[in-house]
Amino acid sequence: MNGLDPRIQDALARLPDYLGSHVLVSVSALALGLAVSLPLAILSIRRPFLRNSLLAFSSTVQTIPGLALLALFYPLLLGLSALTGKMFGIGFSALGFLPAVLALALYSMLPVVRNTVTGILGIDPAVNEAALGVGMTRRQSLTMVELPLALPVIMAGIRTSAVWVIGTATLATPVGQTSLGNYIFTGLQTQNWIFVLFGCVAAAVLALAVDQLLALVERGVSARKRGLIWAGVTGLVLIVAAALWPSYVRPQATYIIGAKTFTEQYILEALIEERLQAVGLASRRRDGLGSTIIFDALKAGDIDVYVDYSGTLWSTQMKRTETKPREEVLAELKDWLAARRIEMLGALGFENAYALAMSRAKADALGIRSIADLARVAPRLSIAGDYEFFARPEWKALVDAYGLSFREQRLIQPEFMYQAAVAGEVDVISAYTSEGRIAQYDLLVLDDPKRAIPPYDAILLLAPGRASDEKFVDALKPLIGAIEVKLMREANLRANGKGGDSSPEAIARWMWSEIEKARK
Amino acid sequence: MTRAPIIELNDVSKAYGDARALERVTLSVGEGEFLAIVGPSGSGKTTLLRLINRLAEPTSGQVLVEHQDVRLADPPALRRRIGYVFQGIGLFPHLTVAENIAITPRLIGWSKERRAARADELLQLVRLDPAHYRDRFPAELSGGERQRVGVARALAAEPKIVLMDEPFGALDALNRDAIGRDYRALHVSLGLTTVMITHDLTEAVLLADRVMVVHEGHIIEEGTPQQLMTAPKAAYVRELIETPRRQAARLGALLKGGAP
Repeated sequence: MNGLDPRIQDALARLPDYLGSHVLVSVSALALGLAVSLPLAILSIRRPFLRNSLLAFSSTVQTIPGLALLALFYPLLLGLSALTGKMFGIGFSALGFLPAVLALALYSMLPVVRNTVTGILGIDPAVNEAALGVGMTRRQSLTMVELPLALPVIMAGIRTSAVWVIGTATLATPVGQTSLGNYIFTGLQTQNWIFVLFGCVAAAVLALAVDQLLALVERGVSARKRGLIWAGVTGLVLIVAAALWPSYVRPQATYIIGAKTFTEQYILEALIEERLQAVGLASRRRDGLGSTIIFDALKAGDIDVYVDYSGTLWSTQMKRTETKPREEVLAELKDWLAARRIEMLGALGFENAYALAMSRAKADALGIRSIADLARVAPRLSIAGDYEFFARPEWKALVDAYGLSFREQRLIQPEFMYQAAVAGEVDVISAYTSEGRIAQYDLLVLDDPKRAIPPYDAILLLAPGRASDEKFVDALKPLIGAIEVKLMREANLRANGKGGDSSPEAIARWMWSEIEKARK
Repeated sequence: MTRAPIIELNDVSKAYGDARALERVTLSVGEGEFLAIVGPSGSGKTTLLRLINRLAEPTSGQVLVEHQDVRLADPPALRRRIGYVFQGIGLFPHLTVAENIAITPRLIGWSKERRAARADELLQLVRLDPAHYRDRFPAELSGGERQRVGVARALAAEPKIVLMDEPFGALDALNRDAIGRDYRALHVSLGLTTVMITHDLTEAVLLADRVMVVHEGHIIEEGTPQQLMTAPKAAYVRELIETPRRQAARLGALLKGGAP
């Protein structure tokens, strides 16, 4: 393995974990989906109303984008969990496995339902008549004639469904279910194209293998060749067993570290993991989590620790619209969190604020220094923001404070935003102040004289109950106040590089050595 | 010749929505009798057959099988004691010849060995070599072979009554004649009661003991083959027998070696 690219080595090292989780969630979802949709489809054959409703329902589910469907299940389950918690005193984890399995099971329904219905209704009526004529009951006709004859069509539906589920399971990453999608999401965020490709290829190979094995089973059943059935079933069992084996032998992690969906978060997650490992604490990562999902997950104890930003919680969780100085925001936030049993261990020392930025040359040409200047010419300019920016209170605060109105508003993947600004594809972007590329591309961060955007101190949050875990807290304390914005920018910039030292783990090790140097 | 009635229809009508398939039909089939029902498509003859084993329910009137009102019988149980040969054969494509034949015995719980023995016995009865045919699938058979299997399946559970819906319609003339005669022999040797639907008058008069002509939901003529051929009453029947009579006369002349 020495000759391999370090990124491929890294990808291979993660394969057992990602593949195992992917197989587990896909198989569970398929099993659940089949257990629901097959009996329902069979039941609906002679009930046109049920049949049409079922087909309409499963088709409608299919029109919901996979990512949205998965994300919708999280708040739904969270509410349900709170309800059962209140009523029976038992809650359950609304993060990860459960929402992923439920959403994917729903997603798997259409091909199975449609093919079962089509397969059975498509049988020659003369054969049905013969089944009744020789003295079969409806049930015997179904099991001895209709189902066996429709089997190839039903199996084709199951195969389609298996391929869909395995493919869509890559989208389970943002709701906290580890899957092969972790390669894709991490890779997109850190511009590690090898990871992206690796994730896609691994999911495709898995889907194809399962499809072919199911085809083997199908051929065995219709040609009545036991050998083929056994070969197919054995193959499937082997895939599941091989994928699940590592999670049995691996020690159970005690601490779960969360991370949102951008580079800085992956680096800090690796840094936290490095600190925990240094004191011998086992941990596992749940990265690529959505911004509000991650907070709810911490509150529910599904993750133990993650880094958030004071301004984000100030506006999205505390629903505050006014802006206050850094220290006041932090103090009020700490109390507010404590009331929810969440421990704010402290600020890491840098801010990652939203800011508006543009290329220095363009700003000079237009005579822009601050957002107030920008407001005058904004109607002629275009702005690009990350996926949540224009829906966030900060944007509303900016618009209210400065009366901003742009010619065009676009959504763009954060990693491509900076290049877009330099290339002149957009005039203004929603930058992050800790982003290394601001300096790299010589972008100008516009002043905010009316202080419409709240401060965004990076803060370390611990799940309820974890604050009394001394070993855990002691391992993390050295990070408090230890990361200056310069260090974070440099770290973020390194992540854009290529080669082995651009992995979050390598950068985390480098950051720790820098932190230690500074302490001496 | 009077026989004890085994199938009786008393004043039976059947309508599908507004369309009347049968109107006030009364008939009786004696035990051991071979009755042929002849009529054009849409005459209601298939409906008549389906009423006997409850594949269709009468709108009014009463159907008796072995002196029991069929409405009191469980339909699957009733059908298991009545053999049925389907129009278009209706073999199950996913089952072998032997499994097709033994399907009704399987439904009534015969052992595997008994079913296998019965399938072989019936294959011989319909003149197919068991060793050669029992494990084949219907798609591998010719039309004539399939129809022989269809007849074997109808006889598998040792029924007293066999219903046949255009059984030989799809076969070529040679096969049709051979299978027809073979079946007639089985009808006699097994002591069956047979009701056969056909649109072919020649076939009906050659095989049956009694022929009934159905037209637009009514029985318009009934009698022995000889009565029908020599003294038809209804105009439609006279028309119907015209062709076979002409053919017979022509054939007779040819056989005598004379000029037409």
